[in-house]
Amino acid sequence: MLSVQNLEVVYQDVILVLRGVSFEIPKGEIVSLLGSNGSGKTTVIRSITGLLDIQNGDITKGTISVDGEDITNEKPSKIVEKGIAQVLEGRRIFAELSVVENLRLGGHTNSKDIPENIDRVLDLFPILKERSKGEAGYLSGGEQQMLAIGRALMSNPNYLLLDEPSLGLAPKLVDQIAELITEINSQGVTVLLVEQNANMALNVSSHGYIMETGNIVMDNPSDELLQDQDVREFYLGLNPEGTNRKSFKDVKHYKRKKRWLS
Amino acid sequence: MIIFLQATAEGLALGAVYSLVAIGFVLIYKAMDVLSFAQPALAVVGAAFISALAVDRGVPFWIAFIVGIVLTGILSLIIERTFLRPMVGEPVFSVAILTIGIDILLRTVLDNWIGLNPRYLGDPFPSFGNFGSINIGGVVLKYLEISAFLTAVVVIILLSIFFKKSKYGVAMRATSFDQEAALAQGIDVGKIFALVWFIAGMLASFAGFFITGGFNTLTQFSFISALRALPAVVIGGLDSIPGAVVGSLIIGLTQGYVAYFQADMESLVGFPLGSGFSLVAPYLIMFVILLVKPDGLFGTEEVERV
Repeated sequence: MLSVQNLEVVYQDVILVLRGVSFEIPKGEIVSLLGSNGSGKTTVIRSITGLLDIQNGDITKGTISVDGEDITNEKPSKIVEKGIAQVLEGRRIFAELSVVENLRLGGHTNSKDIPENIDRVLDLFPILKERSKGEAGYLSGGEQQMLAIGRALMSNPNYLLLDEPSLGLAPKLVDQIAELITEINSQGVTVLLVEQNANMALNVSSHGYIMETGNIVMDNPSDELLQDQDVREFYLGLNPEGTNRKSFKDVKHYKRKKRWLS
Repeated sequence: MIIFLQATAEGLALGAVYSLVAIGFVLIYKAMDVLSFAQPALAVVGAAFISALAVDRGVPFWIAFIVGIVLTGILSLIIERTFLRPMVGEPVFSVAILTIGIDILLRTVLDNWIGLNPRYLGDPFPSFGNFGSINIGGVVLKYLEISAFLTAVVVIILLSIFFKKSKYGVAMRATSFDQEAALAQGIDVGKIFALVWFIAGMLASFAGFFITGGFNTLTQFSFISALRALPAVVIGGLDSIPGAVVGSLIIGLTQGYVAYFQADMESLVGFPLGSGFSLVAPYLIMFVILLVKPDGLFGTEEVERV
């Protein structure tokens, strides 16, 4: 279980981005985290994997723990060693390096298993096998996303955090990525899926959290969220006639801040 | 023709030595986005270590050579840890100025130690004599020039294997490409920076030995020779290792040709160019190339200029 308790994050000492976020990812599940731009989704992932420092962010409150072990403010390399891998938003593959070199870098903390992990990842993504010697920058967008996911799998993670894997991909490729996520999950990897594509994310995941301006405003099993009137309206673009609400701020009946410990 | 070949041979040897310092510049620039002005001083530090061990202490030359190079690498590592690590995230300009400070510090200490009289480095080829040379069809090649060239070639080949094959070499390339993505793979970027400085320090001290060793003297002005790697990297492009090598060879050859053909050039332009024009010519070449290609011959376009 990966659990985040009452997390508060401040950028540049002044910009409060997360205002007490709490959620849990039970082992073996796929959990999705939805929200519009700037709601703090990526910051949540950064806090977990220790990448806040490089962006001048600090965790000012709260704890993050994995399987009962506190990992708040750990170094990124230690967090990868604890079995948490991240796929960065926008893929961020090493474009100048070859496909295989990218994969080897993913296994940096786990060098002795690199050869067998490369075989495993290339079996999962046969398309990368054909281009394994080529420069990664020449791959198409979908292939780059697969490489980014494959690279993250190289460290044998128990938890995989995906930041917008559907970004900039054609609908057909989004379906393919969704299938892959299910497949990876069925091999025993717990997945946190951060997405703007709510439809895809909720169809894949078992539980969904919805974020707005640094708070989690709603959480429910995914199938319930898919049926929820507000979610359908704000995230799936299914506005009933004559309504013009755009955010949970406009929803009076819902308790906006979820308090985990109350 | 013989003179031309002689100039070419000496130019290539010089260029090879410069390329070692220049690669150090590029490695640090690629990893940290900072041009480290301390590189030439580190080259002289290397020569000073070798001289202190081999001449003052009487340690056998080859042991002194290896120990000197490793010590310089370690010094370079200490500099990174104490001065540069706390500066991570600070503006590039401040960090560059800091490296100038380190350069001045090292040079002051070294100048004090070197003193007014030239110091000698050990003799790598005692049976031939340090100024020994062979004559190939009229072209006189010093053993030190040949070994400088071969050393540079071997070091560059070893480096390229390191970058291609080794875990940390690939991690270094990844870090210089995208630091954050490298962190996300669990690469300890601090370790990578330390490694970059260690390698750059060792490269500098290799060059330091040959630059001062070539004239067999270490003086307070030796660092000026090492500084000529700076126009080399600027010509080649700050972020390109092949660029650094090509730039160094251009600088070395320019220096060689101007030294041998200055009289002809003067009769061509019609006025005296002054003694030691060969030492100024590299900067002139840099000036001309910068006018045409501000990012250097092999540099990435969006790279900031110095």
